[in-house]
Amino acid sequence: MLEAVGVDAVEDLFDIPSDIRFDDTFGIDARTERETRRLVRSILERNDDLTELLGRGHYGYYVPSLVDHLADRAEFLTSYTQYQPEISQGFLQALFEYQSLLVELTGLEIANCSMYDAATALGEAATLAERVRETSGHRVLVPDLIREGRDGTLANYVAGTDLVVETYPTDDANVDREAITELVDDDVVMLYVENPTVRGTIEEGLEWLGELTAENDALFVLGSDPIALSLLQRPADVGADVVVGDASVLGLPTSYGMGLGLFATRERFLRQVPGRLVGASEDDTGRRAYTLTLQTREQHIRRERATSNICTNQAWVALRTAIHAAVLGPTGMVELARRDVTRAENLAGRVDDLVGTKAPVHDRHHLREFVAHVDQPAAAVADDLEERGFAVHVVGDHEIQVCVAGATDGELDAFVDTLEVVVR
Amino acid sequence: MSNEPLGLAPDDDEPTADTAAGYDQARYVDNGQYEPLLAEKDLTRVRIGETVSSTDGTNAEGDTTHVDSPLPEELTRDALELPELSEPELARHYTRLSQMIYGIDSGPYPLGSCTMKYNPKFTEDVAALPTAAVHPDRSERSLQGTLELLYRLQEYLGRIGGMDAVTLQPPAGAAGEFVGIRVAAAYHEHNDEGHRDEVIIPESAHGTNFATAALGGYEVVSLPSDDGGRVDLEALEAALSERTAALMLTNPNTLGLFERDITEIAEMVHDAGGLLYYDGANLNALLGRARPGDMGFDVMHYNVHKTFATPHGGGGPGAGPVGVVSELAPFLPSPRVREADDADSNCGESTYELFEPNHTIGNVHGYQGNWLVLIKAFAYIARLGDVGLADASAMAVLNANYLASQLEYDIPYGPFHHEFVASAGEQDAADVAKRMLDYGVHPPTTKWPEIVPEALMTEPTELETKATLDQLAEAFNAVADETDETLEAAPTRTTARRIDQTSAARNPRLSWQSLE
Repeated sequence: MLEAVGVDAVEDLFDIPSDIRFDDTFGIDARTERETRRLVRSILERNDDLTELLGRGHYGYYVPSLVDHLADRAEFLTSYTQYQPEISQGFLQALFEYQSLLVELTGLEIANCSMYDAATALGEAATLAERVRETSGHRVLVPDLIREGRDGTLANYVAGTDLVVETYPTDDANVDREAITELVDDDVVMLYVENPTVRGTIEEGLEWLGELTAENDALFVLGSDPIALSLLQRPADVGADVVVGDASVLGLPTSYGMGLGLFATRERFLRQVPGRLVGASEDDTGRRAYTLTLQTREQHIRRERATSNICTNQAWVALRTAIHAAVLGPTGMVELARRDVTRAENLAGRVDDLVGTKAPVHDRHHLREFVAHVDQPAAAVADDLEERGFAVHVVGDHEIQVCVAGATDGELDAFVDTLEVVVR
Repeated sequence: MSNEPLGLAPDDDEPTADTAAGYDQARYVDNGQYEPLLAEKDLTRVRIGETVSSTDGTNAEGDTTHVDSPLPEELTRDALELPELSEPELARHYTRLSQMIYGIDSGPYPLGSCTMKYNPKFTEDVAALPTAAVHPDRSERSLQGTLELLYRLQEYLGRIGGMDAVTLQPPAGAAGEFVGIRVAAAYHEHNDEGHRDEVIIPESAHGTNFATAALGGYEVVSLPSDDGGRVDLEALEAALSERTAALMLTNPNTLGLFERDITEIAEMVHDAGGLLYYDGANLNALLGRARPGDMGFDVMHYNVHKTFATPHGGGGPGAGPVGVVSELAPFLPSPRVREADDADSNCGESTYELFEPNHTIGNVHGYQGNWLVLIKAFAYIARLGDVGLADASAMAVLNANYLASQLEYDIPYGPFHHEFVASAGEQDAADVAKRMLDYGVHPPTTKWPEIVPEALMTEPTELETKATLDQLAEAFNAVADETDETLEAAPTRTTARRIDQTSAARNPRLSWQSLE
C-alpha cells in the first residue's frame, strides 16, 4: 500500500509542521478486551446497589429483553443517519412508526424523530415559539417547580434570542390559576406546563390553561412522556401547541439521565420544526418507501438559517422506545399508567399510616410518585434509608419524594418496613 | 405473505464491472409494499373509562378493549389506538427491518467527515452492566463508580486533545459546539467584551458550525479558502475585528488538508481578542501526532461516535465532550466531576464529587449527557491506549491515501489525511452515490464541500483491509465509466429503488395516521 501511495513510511503522510507535532504520549496503557471489561466493571462496582425509588423526570421502568436483542442488531446499531434511504428503509420505517406513536399519544399531527432529551426539547420549543410568535412579546413562563437542568438548558437556548424566561407560582403543585391569570398577557409568547408535574401531581387545569394561552396568542407547550400520555388528557384536546418531554421512559432503564427528547407539534408549524423528519414517499417501482424529508429546515442545507443546530440525535433510543411501546401494545401502555396511579396512591396511603410521616403532601391525583412529609429532617431520613439500601429524593427540609415506577411490589413492602424504622 | 425471491433485479440492471461482487439487499414485499407497517398488522383501540369494570384481555385485530381508569374522567383521555402484536410477530417485524439497513458490519462505509469506524462489541456489554443503570439524583457518595468513570474519561480526553479541563455534558457534537459558543460568550462578557457579536467560519465548514453560531445569537462571517483549499490568511485578516468572538475551525479541514498556518492563525485570532474553536469532527486523523491544545486552540469538542468508535445508531446518540484551556474552565457547564480532598478516604481509593464551575454557563442537557455512550468511549480509549490510538490514525490516513491512489476520479486538493474529496467531474455526484449502492458498498458523502465540483468526500477509516479498499476502488471506477442513464436509473439492487424526494417534501406524510 505504501508503494502505491508513493511513500516510504506512514508517517510521511502526515503534513504537520514540526513545531506543533506531539512527541509525547498520553500515558494510557493498552489493555486486552478482557482486562478492559474488568477495569470498567471494577470502576462501576463502586456504585452502591440501591433500590431506587427515584423519578422527577428520569425513570427506571423494566425494559423487556426483546428491546435489547432487537435494537442491538448490528444493522440498527452501526448504521449512519439515513441519507441513502434506499439502503436504510428498515430504520426509516422504525422511525416513521415512532413518529406515528407520538402522533397517537399527543393527538398533534407532527412529531420529529428525536431531540436529545426533555430539557433540550424544551429549549427547541422556545426557539420555535420565538420564530412563529404572533405578538411583539418576549416572555416565556415556566413553573417554579421546574428542574434546574431543564431551566438551565432553556436559559442557554434562549440566550441568542430576545426571549426572557420567568417562573410562575404553583398552588399545591398545580398551576396557580389566580397568579397565572395576572401573568399571562399578550407579551407572553410561550407558557410551559408539565403533566404530571415534577412532584408527581396530575395537573387539573390544562383545558383552562389552553384557553388562556390561546386568548393571548401564546404558544402552549406541554411537558409529558409516553406513559403519562397513555392515560392522561390528550394534549390536542386541551389546546397544546407543542408537546416535549422524555420519551425514553419507554426503552431505557435508568441511565444516569440519558434520555430521548420528545417533540410533537401542530401541522401549521411543520416548516419550523427542529430536527429530522421521516416521511412516506414512493420508489421507482411505485411501492411506498420512507425518506428523511423537509431537510431544507436543517443545518446541513440551511446553515445559519436552520431551525436548529441539531445533527446527531437519539435515533437508536427512539428505536428502543418504539419497540418497547410495541411490546406493551395499547393495552399494556394504559395498564402501566393505570398501575402508576394506583401503586403511587397505595404507597402514599401506607406511608401516611406510619408514625412521623404524612403523605401525599399535595391533595392531588398522582402518577408514579408523590411527596411525603417527614417530621425528622428529610436529609437525615434519606441518609438512613440509603444506609439501608433505598434511594429517595430530598425535596424540602421535611419532604422526601418517592417513586414507584421501577420498583417491584416486594421492594415497596420492604421500603415501607424500613421507612417505619427510620422515621420513628 | 408472498415474498419476492431475493436477487430479482432484471438482467439489464446488473452491475457491468466484471469484478463487482454480486449484491442484493434484503427486500420483502407483501401486498405491494415492502415490510408492512405495524399499524397495518394490527390496530387495537383501548377505551379508557370509569364505567367499565374489567379489562378484556383479548386482542383480536381491530378489536376494542376497555380499561378501568383510577382517575376522574376529566383527567384522562378517551382512548388509545395502537398496534397490539405478539412478541414473535414483533421479533420478525424488527428483524426484517434490520435486514433492510446497511450498517458498518454489512460492508465498507466511507462517508467523508462521518468517520464510520468499527464499533467493538465489548463496549456494548460494559455499557449494559447493571451497575451502570443508575439514577442521576442519587447521592454522590453512592455513585462513586459513575463519578470515577466520568473523571477518568475527562482526564483521557484532556490529554488526547491537549486541553486543561473537560465537560462531558453535551449529548452530541453540535451540542458541544453550542457549549463552545456559549463559553466564548460568557468569557467575553466576563471581560467586558460583550460587544463581540461575530463568529468567523470557513465556507467549507460543517453546517452545524453556522447553525450553532446563529443559535448562540451571533452573526456569521463566512471565510473563503485560498487556492490550496486552506484558510486564506488575507481574508482572515480582513474578517477579524473587535467584533470577533471566535473562529471555528476543523483541522485537518473538510478537504483532509492540515492547516499548516495554524500557529499563525491562532496568533491572529488571539491578537484580535477572539477565541479559537476546534471542531473535533476530524480528530481521527491526528491521534498521537498533534493536539488542538498545542496548535493554539482554546476550546474544542470531541465527537465520540467518530473518533472513539461509539456506534452511530442510525443517527445517534452521540456525545460531544468539550475541552478548554484553563482560562475558560470556570465557564464550563455545571456540574463537573473532580477528585475530592479526601481526609477520610478508605483503602487509598480516591473519592469523587460534583462541583459547579465559578462562572458556569449552566446546562445544555437536563442531566449529564449521554452516559451510556460515554461508558463506551471510555472503554474504547482504555482498550486501545497510546499505541492503539496512534495506530488508528496511521491506518486511517494510509487507507485514505491508498484508496485515493486507486481512483480514476480527479482529486484536486492534497496532501490529505484521513479523508479526500474527489470530483465526479461531468457526472452528478448524487447519482454516482446511488449507483455505488448497486456494488454493495456505501457511497461517500456527496456534493460537499462545494469548493470541489460534484464532490465525493471519502473517508474509509482505519477499519478496512486492502482487499476491501480495492473493492471500494472498483466500485468507484466502475461507476466512473458508466453512462448518465445508468446512473439515473440506480439503484436497482437495493431494498427500495430510487425514492422520490420531491413528492415526499411536497406532500408530507409523516405518520401512519397521515396515509390514506
